[in-house]
Amino acid sequence: MTRAAVAFRDRGLVAGAAIATLMVVVAVSAPLLTAISGQDPTTFHDGLLDSARGGVPVGAFGGVSGEHWLGVEPGTGRDLFARIVYGARVSLGVAVGATVLQVLIGLLAGLAAGLGGRWADAALGRLIDLVLAVPSLVLAISLLAIVPADWPRPVLLAVVIAVLGWGGTARITRGETLSLRTRDYVAAARVSGAGWFRVARREILPGLTAPVLTYAALILPTNMIVEAGLSFLGVGVRPPTPSWGQMLSTATTWFRADPMYVVVPGGLLFLTLLAFVLVANGLRRVLDPRQSEFLR
Amino acid sequence: MTGYLFRRIGGALLVLFGLTTILYALFYLAPSDPAVLTCGKGCTPERLADVRHAMGVDDPVHVQYAHFLEGLVAGRDYPSGPDVRHCPAPCLGYSFETDQPVTALLTDRLPVSVSLAIGAEALSLVVGIGAGMLSGLRRHRWLDRLVNGLVLTGYAVPVFLVGLLLLLLFCVVLQWLPFPAYVPFTTNPLLWAQNLLLPWVALATIQAAAYARLTRAGIQETLAEDHIRTARAYGLPERRIIWRRAFRGAMLPLVTLTALDVAAIMTSAVLTETMFGLPGIGQLLVGAVNQIDLPVVVGVTLLTGLLIVVANAVADLLYAAIDPRVQLR
Repeated sequence: MTRAAVAFRDRGLVAGAAIATLMVVVAVSAPLLTAISGQDPTTFHDGLLDSARGGVPVGAFGGVSGEHWLGVEPGTGRDLFARIVYGARVSLGVAVGATVLQVLIGLLAGLAAGLGGRWADAALGRLIDLVLAVPSLVLAISLLAIVPADWPRPVLLAVVIAVLGWGGTARITRGETLSLRTRDYVAAARVSGAGWFRVARREILPGLTAPVLTYAALILPTNMIVEAGLSFLGVGVRPPTPSWGQMLSTATTWFRADPMYVVVPGGLLFLTLLAFVLVANGLRRVLDPRQSEFLR
Repeated sequence: MTGYLFRRIGGALLVLFGLTTILYALFYLAPSDPAVLTCGKGCTPERLADVRHAMGVDDPVHVQYAHFLEGLVAGRDYPSGPDVRHCPAPCLGYSFETDQPVTALLTDRLPVSVSLAIGAEALSLVVGIGAGMLSGLRRHRWLDRLVNGLVLTGYAVPVFLVGLLLLLLFCVVLQWLPFPAYVPFTTNPLLWAQNLLLPWVALATIQAAAYARLTRAGIQETLAEDHIRTARAYGLPERRIIWRRAFRGAMLPLVTLTALDVAAIMTSAVLTETMFGLPGIGQLLVGAVNQIDLPVVVGVTLLTGLLIVVANAVADLLYAAIDPRVQLR
């Protein structure tokens, strides 16, 4: 069977890919969707809140109505649907951005360590060890806290997550490169006069695609969890920009009075993460059959 | 072996030194001046200069760094007008926000984080190994499927979401448990466990999934090895084969992982501690970050770095101790 045929027979992979694609479409078309629903994520609707009960939305399920499809946010009355779809932009955007950056840094460092001389390998190896030994969540919190508030937060989040998390990709790349460089076809390319740069691009990089891609698919949901966690702790995106993690953080003070406000962002975050984990799991089975034992 | 130990400790110290230097450089470059914050509103330039001097931030950065390293080894004093604040070794700095040495703040909070990490790890191991064994032996197909589903779920759910749902279920809907409030073990062990139960479960939901996967893979891998086939051929009872051989083989990677994970839980329990209002080092960090109390932030980061480095070393040594095939060089 071809790889595509194997992929399409994998129910988990197909379902995960479908949900993940849907989420990406929602995030990309957020302005369009809010135009259809006729709401925006920042307008306060005090009239929809029950001031006698401390600002809980009026009506069933957190104030669901024809105008407000998922109800409104307690305390502010902002439209929950609009905040969810714009929140998807931040959650997915930061996760994807961080993953791409992580893979780029990791690939470069891993290739340099694997193809460079003994000294380059030793120096980069120590650096990779250092990055892997750093308490990344703690350091991310500290870093985000000292950066001026007016810097663009989503970009900053992606960069911080990537800079603290490229160690894994680098280690995998280095290991694979070290094994690939001893292959006969690499030696043949060297003998026929190809420089190391050309060898890296033409001979090594194609061999790295499968392991790096499967690893990237695995760290994408992790990065999404990290973004949600940082926003949950209040060092992620700043209000009024919505993010799912930040909504869950506000939800901790409201969950007794308005459980819907936990269920909607929490459920979507879980569903999206599950979809990406299923994709990662399926990709590994398709691209890297030797390691199919990952999650079955 | 001794040579390995020395090199290992040397490497660990190097990593910690690197971490300290990077942190110091970052916070020195930080745009927010801690002295301005400590000095508060209505701060006159003279008063600000005094505060800066008391905090030791009026020196050039390499002098500050040297003082910091010296304080770690020998302790240091912070003169402030007539009184002197003493910070005994190992001095990680002085928190002017709370008027306490950072080391004292950390040792106050450490028992909470240790309680959280140890309990969560124990629970994860029991549940994870149990589920992994059951699913690895493939006695019941539905069980195998259930464990697979849970493993996937465990990967896909953030700890604060589990925590939120647990609180909603057990404290609001069912009202089986009161909202967690930390009670020290020495005060009342029963209340200590009762209040930590939900945080443990929240962390274990995620951690146990990883252990279940590892145990299952380990069991299946070991059962496929030649020595198992030989044991079967000799007619050894299946139960004995599973417990004496397959189980032992499957536990090897878990032993080292446990050391790493206790450290990982302690360093990433920021979210759990915030979620459940536990006064551990994670919560200390979040509080310090909100007040821009930089000495505390540096202290927490260094302590967590130390934990990870130590755990890595312990994991390596444990691995060599239990697996005769591994030689440390």
